Amino acid sequence: MTWHGVWAGDCAADPEKGRGEGRGDGNSREAAPRRVFCDETGVLTIDARGLTYRELNHVLRAHVRDGARAIAVRNVAGQRYIGTNLGRLRYPVTVEIHGTPGSDLGAFMDGPRLTVFGNAQDCVGNTMTSGEIVVHGRAGDVVAMSMRGGAIFIRDDVGSRCAIHMKEYGDRKPLVVIGGTAHDFLGEYMAGGTVIMLGLDLAPGERHRACFVGTGMHGGRIFIRGSIEAYQVGREVELAEPDSRDQETIMSAVERFCTFFGTDFDKIANSEFLRLHARSHRPYGRLYGA
Amino acid sequence: MKSYLLPQFTVERDASRCSVCRACIKECSFGVHYYDEKRRTMGTHEERCVGCHRCSTFCPTRALTIRTHPAKFRPNANWRPECILDIRKQAETGGIVLAGMGCDKPYRIYWDHLLLNASQVTNPSIDPLREPMELRTHLGARPDRLAVADEPGAPDAPLTPQVSVEVPILLAAMSFGAISAQAQRALMQAAQEAGTLCNTGEGGWPAELRGFGRHVIVQCASGRFGVDADYLNEAAIVEIKIGQGAKPGIGGHLPGEKVTEAVARTRMIPPGTDALSPAPQHDIYSIEDLSMLIYALKEATNYEKPVAVKIAAVHNAAAIASGIVRAGADIVVLDGFRGGTGAAPKIIRDNVGIPIELALASVDARLRVEGIRHRASIIASGGFRNSADVLKAIALGADAVYVGTAALIAMGCTLCQQCYTGKCAWGIAASDPKLAERLDPNVAARRVVNLINGWSLEIKEMLGGMGINAIESLRGNRLHLRGIGLEDWELEVLGVRGAGT
Repeated sequence: MTWHGVWAGDCAADPEKGRGEGRGDGNSREAAPRRVFCDETGVLTIDARGLTYRELNHVLRAHVRDGARAIAVRNVAGQRYIGTNLGRLRYPVTVEIHGTPGSDLGAFMDGPRLTVFGNAQDCVGNTMTSGEIVVHGRAGDVVAMSMRGGAIFIRDDVGSRCAIHMKEYGDRKPLVVIGGTAHDFLGEYMAGGTVIMLGLDLAPGERHRACFVGTGMHGGRIFIRGSIEAYQVGREVELAEPDSRDQETIMSAVERFCTFFGTDFDKIANSEFLRLHARSHRPYGRLYGA
Repeated sequence: MKSYLLPQFTVERDASRCSVCRACIKECSFGVHYYDEKRRTMGTHEERCVGCHRCSTFCPTRALTIRTHPAKFRPNANWRPECILDIRKQAETGGIVLAGMGCDKPYRIYWDHLLLNASQVTNPSIDPLREPMELRTHLGARPDRLAVADEPGAPDAPLTPQVSVEVPILLAAMSFGAISAQAQRALMQAAQEAGTLCNTGEGGWPAELRGFGRHVIVQCASGRFGVDADYLNEAAIVEIKIGQGAKPGIGGHLPGEKVTEAVARTRMIPPGTDALSPAPQHDIYSIEDLSMLIYALKEATNYEKPVAVKIAAVHNAAAIASGIVRAGADIVVLDGFRGGTGAAPKIIRDNVGIPIELALASVDARLRVEGIRHRASIIASGGFRNSADVLKAIALGADAVYVGTAALIAMGCTLCQQCYTGKCAWGIAASDPKLAERLDPNVAARRVVNLINGWSLEIKEMLGGMGINAIESLRGNRLHLRGIGLEDWELEVLGVRGAGT
């Protein structure tokens, strides 16, 4: 995409409009809209250079409030909370993020679809309710903490404590797919949802290095492609083979993964996966003597 | 294994009064009373009695008296009966000894060593019956300086969000699951009627109680139970729970058998699963991380709501509170070691943390010295028994207080400390729906409102006696306090002079 365009006034959305109307104006006094373009495909484009996170998120919210549904943000450099409180609509807002978004990308997010062309920092999808985050790169620590709905796809590796305390209820079932590998404490305290780790960047025969996988796990399931030794998983975890329903879950997620990142589906389709789940829903039931 | 645990209470049944109506059998949730078909008499399993006085309160003929059991081991100042009992429990179970409610050990209660002032001639007292008396309190950060618009229509300095309460008495965090749905409804209803706030605790916010939003503080704790965008946006204040006075530094486990369908829906976890709150919040390993969560919550709520951070009162509370304020919190909540709990390891409840009086005084002083006291309100919590405790806390620097135990006592609680069993015969900390139905939310709410109103009247009388007509004027005004029977170091920490000086 070439970097030329028109000023905000020519786009459908004007962040100045709607000031002082209801929610979303908590910080309207200080956030001045910067360069806002429509690119040649009609996607609203925001240049995030020099904007604080508060300014950038304010501009994003103002555009969404004014009807924008597809937004691209360029030159993102560490701005936090992108996607937080950004529209909870029937047709989700899609945001393309070019650069490196800051921590808490999509924290408490409910609805939007974020695509990051770059790496993400810590706490991606923190306590996220619904929506989708796709990262064309790696992500830092604590991805999907307490996530309770929606999906996160990370092309490469993730840091420690990914999917910690992820949980599910009813039809809210979060999904995290990691293309590479993870650091320690993957799925710690996990209470629900699905994690799929593909290990695509491991050499043939190389095992995942994460230790304490699923420590304190009491719900949900982790599917791992590639080998892992028994000592690397927590004692609350049982190792099993995926059944046919699991295979369906894995393959439909892998298919989405391959669509996002252009990965060869056949390379993964015939692989063996390992299923990790909790031995008990009550891991600490016998801890107390009343 | 035969149990060596001896009965803690004895049940005396006056045969001349007992009409064998069997009400006691129905009322006791611990299975103490039974009817002996063979002998056609009432019988008791007194080893099961927890001393909650449900049966004696509801005995229509007042035939029952519950007493602490008279049996004694050989007196021993070191090996007190409680130590022996706990050892026996652990020898039989190999587990952690649990307890409910706050620390019951005889540590010094500083409220009982602080005396309030009254004015006499030079600053005449005020009669609250005839003159206006202001208890309204605003919670939230204050601007660094007051900017006044130069010209009409020009914007003033932006104000940070504030929440007002009619009385500086808030209802403390008690989660659904730890207390019954009826008890939580009663507390929220009471908060609405009394013009104050009620905290949901960390167990989510039942859908049927969302209507009380303007009077609700929601908690975001390590388990993140029931936290979603609606939860945050429908409340008046969002509170990050770092620690709790009854169990500083540890998390909490709501056992799977208490996770009923309703609790599961509210917490957004599958029914029957343990609800585990990890000890730390795993996105907070530093003050910088705390700041990140504070601003995540502000972003999630459009900077429209104050964000509070609650910590247990511990040794370095003042330094921690300073960090919390600098991290961007609008309210600091301090929970002293006498604060209640639905369940805590007894060893932690009774041995970790410090009294709220000392923590509050040191935090207020530290924030003042650093020039950041205006940036956050302080809410003190943990064992407030009466209106004098509340007023003394405000004189020590609190903006408002949380009361939990006192509100539960108003609803019927007798401090039997069995909350963690889920068998509360009073329907308060009950997980069994049959037991929970015993609490009528309207009646319970009325009792709590009455308590708050009674305390408010007393506070106005005491303020009037000091010649003060607005609670703002007493806030942090330690000259209205004097210590009695305290050591020099205690007076110094409290920042008060000894009585008579």
